[in-house]
Amino acid sequence: MEHTDALPAAPVDGTGLSSLDPRYRTVLRIVGMIWSIPVLIAATVPGITIANWSLYAAIPAVLVVGLLILRFPSRRWAARGYSLADERLRVVSGIMFRSDTVVPFGRVQHIDVGQGPLERAFDLATLTVHTAGTHNSSVALPGLAHEDALAMRETIRAAIRRDTL
Amino acid sequence: MNVHAGTGAGMSGEARRTDPRSFAVKGLGMLTQLALPLGLASVTILDDGDVGDLIAYFLPVVLAVIGANFLFAWLGWRRFTYQVNPADIRVESGVVSRQARSVPFERIQDVSLEQRPIPRIFGLVEVKFETGAGGKDELSLAYLSEAEGERLRELVRSRRDGETVGMADEIRSEPDSELLFAMGPRRVVTFGLFEFSLIVVAGFAGFAQQFDFLLPFDLWDFDEWQARLAGPGRWLAGLGFAAQVAGALIAAATLLAVGFGTGLIRTVLREWDFRLERTDKGLRRRRGLLTRTDVVMPVHRVQALRIGTGFLRKYFGWHRLGVVSLAQDSGNANHDVAPFAQMAEIAPIVATTGFALPPAGLDWQRGDRRYRIDRFVLGGIVLGALAIALAFSPRPELLAIPLVGILAIALVEFHDWHFSANALDPRQVYVRRSWLSPKTSIASRVKLQSVEIAQGPIARHRGYATLHLGLAGGRLSIRGIGQERAGKLRDAILASIAKTDFSELV
Repeated sequence: MEHTDALPAAPVDGTGLSSLDPRYRTVLRIVGMIWSIPVLIAATVPGITIANWSLYAAIPAVLVVGLLILRFPSRRWAARGYSLADERLRVVSGIMFRSDTVVPFGRVQHIDVGQGPLERAFDLATLTVHTAGTHNSSVALPGLAHEDALAMRETIRAAIRRDTL
Repeated sequence: MNVHAGTGAGMSGEARRTDPRSFAVKGLGMLTQLALPLGLASVTILDDGDVGDLIAYFLPVVLAVIGANFLFAWLGWRRFTYQVNPADIRVESGVVSRQARSVPFERIQDVSLEQRPIPRIFGLVEVKFETGAGGKDELSLAYLSEAEGERLRELVRSRRDGETVGMADEIRSEPDSELLFAMGPRRVVTFGLFEFSLIVVAGFAGFAQQFDFLLPFDLWDFDEWQARLAGPGRWLAGLGFAAQVAGALIAAATLLAVGFGTGLIRTVLREWDFRLERTDKGLRRRRGLLTRTDVVMPVHRVQALRIGTGFLRKYFGWHRLGVVSLAQDSGNANHDVAPFAQMAEIAPIVATTGFALPPAGLDWQRGDRRYRIDRFVLGGIVLGALAIALAFSPRPELLAIPLVGILAIALVEFHDWHFSANALDPRQVYVRRSWLSPKTSIASRVKLQSVEIAQGPIARHRGYATLHLGLAGGRLSIRGIGQERAGKLRDAILASIAKTDFSELV
């Protein structure tokens, strides 16, 4: 909390950040696959219904699907990160639109640990902290191993309790 | 009368009803809503002639409707009870389906009293409990006697502050208070003149446009105008230039009168007899001509201040002071505590809230010039493309419009860059924004909740960022500042946040 541990001049950078669980990349891939279903349907339906439809017309669709399944998940995974240092939760995310949010433990109102169906299948969880502010009233950090998320919740809760006592 | 009248009540949970007169008030309210349909019905029915016969059928129906109204109002009143428990306020309501709602004292941010015209005649108030749930889900008791409303408010305040023992007897209905700011009729009228409403003028002009089918020609079709002036309809041209000018002046004067009139009326209704007092529970504000509101804002729950002024009024030194608090004015982003005042009058109010006005030697920092340049370039590209498209259209003279737009963007961005600034001192963050009407936000560093640095693709490439500060009950962002400045502000603010826990603030 002294200025010595101040973050470097470039505000959104990855130093000192923990990366998310590698399984989260797989989850993002599966989400990409789900999204590619409508793309593939849109690309194949004319091929079946219209006679003499060139197969080359499907190439852009295949490219999009490749991006959705292979490229975007790993880039999104790499763009995300978090840190719990100095009694603050720091969440960094976004490829194009970067955001770097810091919530000091002393400002956390309550904490949620949630699991969607895909996350449950991979034993992952999303940690959400709620603040009293209108902006960033809830800050979500997806892609944590479930036991890590629970441990982080305990860490934050212990810090809050210690502060209030 | 209440189910249990008296002052000692309130410690244990006793179900009370609202004031019996409120049923009369609600019945009257419903009746006024019925007046128009009944009036219309009677006109159409009685128009048919054969009055004596029809009235025999019509009158019982009317009486039955009115009777049913009062019956429902009475039933609703009978079945609506509230109960003040040691830890919460409980309300049960509903004639057929019953609802029970419990609001813990800890969650009640504020209690406000509101008097609409009809209840005011009966000396009744509507008590609203603000929980921060926002708007529709707030608990309200309509209507209680003024004394009971005041008692409930004091009770909730004391409960919240943790003094639970025997306060019911100690409550003073009128705690000693010090007048901080008041607006007499003269000030309110001056204020009203500055509240000239462009929106209403635009709306009125739009209305005129909507109903111009009542005119024998199309007011807005300039080609037709030219045809009329040139063709056989020379009547307007024949009236002479002076008459045309006079007509235009009359139209403009009408619009101006409408704009000033609505501004004046709205302001007088809202701000009449404005009084801001300092009581031991916080800032107490009373205002309103027909609907009188009475709001108390606890000083320690003020999160930030906003000082604004207007395009014209800044030359006369008039400013507006609002506080951002956990409990909000209905629908409004901040509580007005001095809507129209000189800085000399605002200074003592600011001091009361525990904040400070920007000191003279403050190190104001402007935003990043590149942010403004990029905004100008982006706007310029869009309007430039439009200009090129128009140049090849059948109406190339319209080209001038996007070109003027580009010039306007340049002016706006330069002006905004020149007057917007941010500053930091050991206790507070100051954000000044300006496009024609300067606004300054003053936030306490420890009362912020989170800090976010956001960058879009262009911003990241060019090295500027937007800093979003989590403010309870409002928004506070600093747009387009250099990323070094953003990082510096973030570190400094986070360092002061970490020193105090939330529970010590609220």
